[in-house]
Amino acid sequence: MTTANQVLSEVEYEVVGKRPVRPDGVDKVTGRAQYGADLELTGLLHARVLRSPHAHARINSIDTSRAEALAGVRAVVTAADLPFAALSREDLSNDYNRFKFLSDNFLASDKALYRGHAVAAVAAENAHIAEAALDLIDVDYEVLEPVIDVRAAMQDGAPLLHDDLVHTSAMGEISDKPSNVASYMKFDKGDTAAGFANSDVIVEREFTTASVHQGYIEPHNATAHWRADGQINIWCSTQGAFVVRANTADVLRIDVSSVRVTPMEIGGGFGGKVTFYLEPVAALLSRKAGAPVKVLMSRTEVFEGSGPAPGSWMRVKMGADSAGKITAAEIELAFEAGAYPGSPVMQGATCAFACYELENGTVEGYDVVVNKPKTAAYRAPGSPQAAFGVEQVVDELCQKLGVDPVEFRLNNTVTEGSRKVEGPVFQKIGLVECLEAARNHEHYRSPLEGSNRGRGIAAGFWMNRGFHSSVNMTVNPDGTVNLIEGSVDIGGSRASIAQQAAETLGIAYDEIKPQVVDTDSIGFTMVTGGSRTTFATGWAAILAAEDVKQQMVQRAASIWDVPVEDVEYDGGEIRHKSEELSFTFKDLARQLYTTGGGITGTASLDPTGEGNSFGVHLVDVEVDPETGKTEVLRYTAIQDAGKAVHPSYVEGQIQGGAVQGIGWALNEEYYFGDNGQMMNSSFLDYRMPTSLDLPMIDTVIVEVANPGHPYGVRGVGEVPIVPPLAAVANAVGHATNQRLTSLPITPGSVLEATL
Amino acid sequence: MRAIDYVAPTSLSEAVSVLSAHGDRARPLAGGTDIIVQLRGGRRELDVLLDAKTIPELNQIELTDSGLRLGAAVPCYEIYQNQAVAAAYPGLIDAAGLIGSIQIQGRASIGGNLCNAAPSGDSIPPIITLGGEAHINGPNGWRAVAAEDFCTGPGRSVLEAGEILVGIQIPAPVANSGTAYLRFIPRNEMDIAVAGVSSSVVLDASGQTVQSARIALASVGPTPILATAAGDSLAGKAVSDDAIAEAGRLASEAASPITDMRGTIRQRHHLVDVLTRRTLNIAIRRARGEE
Repeated sequence: MTTANQVLSEVEYEVVGKRPVRPDGVDKVTGRAQYGADLELTGLLHARVLRSPHAHARINSIDTSRAEALAGVRAVVTAADLPFAALSREDLSNDYNRFKFLSDNFLASDKALYRGHAVAAVAAENAHIAEAALDLIDVDYEVLEPVIDVRAAMQDGAPLLHDDLVHTSAMGEISDKPSNVASYMKFDKGDTAAGFANSDVIVEREFTTASVHQGYIEPHNATAHWRADGQINIWCSTQGAFVVRANTADVLRIDVSSVRVTPMEIGGGFGGKVTFYLEPVAALLSRKAGAPVKVLMSRTEVFEGSGPAPGSWMRVKMGADSAGKITAAEIELAFEAGAYPGSPVMQGATCAFACYELENGTVEGYDVVVNKPKTAAYRAPGSPQAAFGVEQVVDELCQKLGVDPVEFRLNNTVTEGSRKVEGPVFQKIGLVECLEAARNHEHYRSPLEGSNRGRGIAAGFWMNRGFHSSVNMTVNPDGTVNLIEGSVDIGGSRASIAQQAAETLGIAYDEIKPQVVDTDSIGFTMVTGGSRTTFATGWAAILAAEDVKQQMVQRAASIWDVPVEDVEYDGGEIRHKSEELSFTFKDLARQLYTTGGGITGTASLDPTGEGNSFGVHLVDVEVDPETGKTEVLRYTAIQDAGKAVHPSYVEGQIQGGAVQGIGWALNEEYYFGDNGQMMNSSFLDYRMPTSLDLPMIDTVIVEVANPGHPYGVRGVGEVPIVPPLAAVANAVGHATNQRLTSLPITPGSVLEATL
Repeated sequence: MRAIDYVAPTSLSEAVSVLSAHGDRARPLAGGTDIIVQLRGGRRELDVLLDAKTIPELNQIELTDSGLRLGAAVPCYEIYQNQAVAAAYPGLIDAAGLIGSIQIQGRASIGGNLCNAAPSGDSIPPIITLGGEAHINGPNGWRAVAAEDFCTGPGRSVLEAGEILVGIQIPAPVANSGTAYLRFIPRNEMDIAVAGVSSSVVLDASGQTVQSARIALASVGPTPILATAAGDSLAGKAVSDDAIAEAGRLASEAASPITDMRGTIRQRHHLVDVLTRRTLNIAIRRARGEE
């Protein structure tokens, strides 16, 4: 068995594509890196949040007087302290529901909509006093029946979370009565019924997936200081400081310029820290107490009070002809939004059939509120669930047709120019190359021997994002360059962005000094998410470097007193065409302050052309027929990275996504009691895989350059979580001769299916 | 978490007097891997934590001709790193080596596992099948309780106000005997048993006939369970797949599990059967000196 990671390169560069040491590495391995919980400020108070013990309850009243009277308590806040409390329906008009939902998820006003929903918070001289004070807050709840399953929530007569939630149908009709369905969408291409009529084999199945959490190791935390001059300073763990700034200003009805957000180091996010929960609450407590306030979540609070990925129900139907061509496909997806609208069902819908050239297809999606925490993004939001259904149905089509699952996919794959069901046309993409890499891989070519074993394969798609990024670059007199960025570094992006800057400037990687700074210190930068950071912030670094280069050329021309057109920048040198005059980057840097001043390059952009990503995963499993336990024996993940800027971090992303997907497939789920309370809100009983549960995840990086980026980069962080659910399910299916259509595929569920 | 007093007694009598003075508001602290978690999670409230690691009798591990005397606060790693103990009681090592992680095993004690009285306590079934006895000291002096009688309900034991578990006495292994413990967990580490089974057998000199057997179960009832009928069914029988299957069936019958987030009633009955057969086979191989 070969277990080496492979990179199938198209183009080689000097710095891009190499594996330098990460700039933040020393601080992290020595424990010096500053996370939100490490922050200390003079006079800092400590806060805790009171959360609803009920999954669904009307809040009749909240009496905080006993808590306020406790010695050491400095402030107590409830929803009454949020601006929403003072605004009427008329004030907010069409914005009423949006603003209410935003505000209520920080502190519930009229209803608690999930167990763990924040209802009050206390700041005190220490955390123990704050905790004790929570017990002294008297909340009068009228407990209501909860609904936690997406199909149950869609039934007539289901308990309603919101009294006035109506949705618009695909035909533009507004429903006449409130329901838990927040929105409905439908896409059609060709003639789906005719396509099925022309098929020789049809597979149709229903699938369900459970609510799962991103499981980032660092809980949410926030420190806020509402100063006497009205300026609010916030330090927090976030994937996007500018989102915290914008939404804090929004919910508190103040100007964005009054809020400065400093992103601390982040201990994982995976999409879950695009959303935030504590910052405005800490700010309100700080204003009341007149002191900075720090608030931390426990692991239980993270599970119960932050956003998981949605549970889902799906019906998938696909047909193919005897030649192995897909003739039609349809999918219905119903996703749990959690307490407020906004599940990623649209993304699920647009990813569902993205790997397949479809002439006829129909996609329908429902966004449904249930009494669970409002769902948040989790790595390729919506796509893993859809792939769990579609890739199993494809696998079954292959079984029925007796064709190889890689050949079948190659026979139906999308390529440049293919049109998706919902409309967009693919640019240059690398799915064919990924499938070919799978077919050629030693893993796929080696026979699977032994009883109770199965091999699964699945493909996955994620669109990736562009979005805004900004970079400033200052040339230091010693020839180094400060690279100032607003993208929080989760997976090594300081390195991958610095590499692109170094490549563009033609100087060494070590000469670039990247720093992630606060929202007052850099231009608008969207979240580290959507697999966009190395693509978009990297591109901003390239443009800022080009700006530096241009200014360096102008400066050289001015020093030499020659026309600027006669000077060129080449590989870290500034040269006159005569070839008699030249500066190295360092030489010129040394002279800048005495020849007209320092040089700063800047760039802000909102790029398109992000280039989609595809992955193909192979997995071998063995299922113990007596216990139902699945052991993952071998795993190979193949992915198109466009250009892997730092292959080690691309491999890390691929391996991390695969591992999270394996956990989602085999063990992870929110397990609910009869009253909608989560029973397993700890890492003991919410079972993420440990290193002992996994083989080495082998990777193959395929490089099909993205024409939309100067170095061909495609985002890589999300798509690796898309194929594993179905790949594992297909493998278990082959090992047990049973199709397992509900996640997670626990030992108990395998036993139920096979005993 | 409220402020609590920490007391580090240096003698057994001091410990008993502190425990007697505070009743159920005081509890011994060995490794703290359960009690600290319970206190922080608000599942238990105390005024006093009494450090068992400063009381000499609770920290001794002594292997003699009459068996093993295991101080109640001795951590797991001291048990499995003691080669003589590991060689004599591989069934105990099965449990000591799989509780929590390596870090947990550096603190967690078998005595603490017993006193925590969780139905899922991994070390309790092998202590039962090995014939272990809990040695208890209290205001009224010493008493001994068989391991299978120690737990009286989830989190409850025979310990009365002022009493402390000092140690566990395990008889010396007899010739041609073997013990094993297996648990079923969905992961491979860091988990709580969905079901656990320890089996202990004594074979005749030929290794072909079972003289006696004891089978004990975890996580399938309010307390660890000694499945007497299952063990007795093997006595006098030749070692055979049929005899082992019958013991598995009887052990499964002895279980009285519930359905919860970790498993269902049906799954747990089934797992007891599977694990009984598997542990019996290991115990038999060990009795024959085959592993």
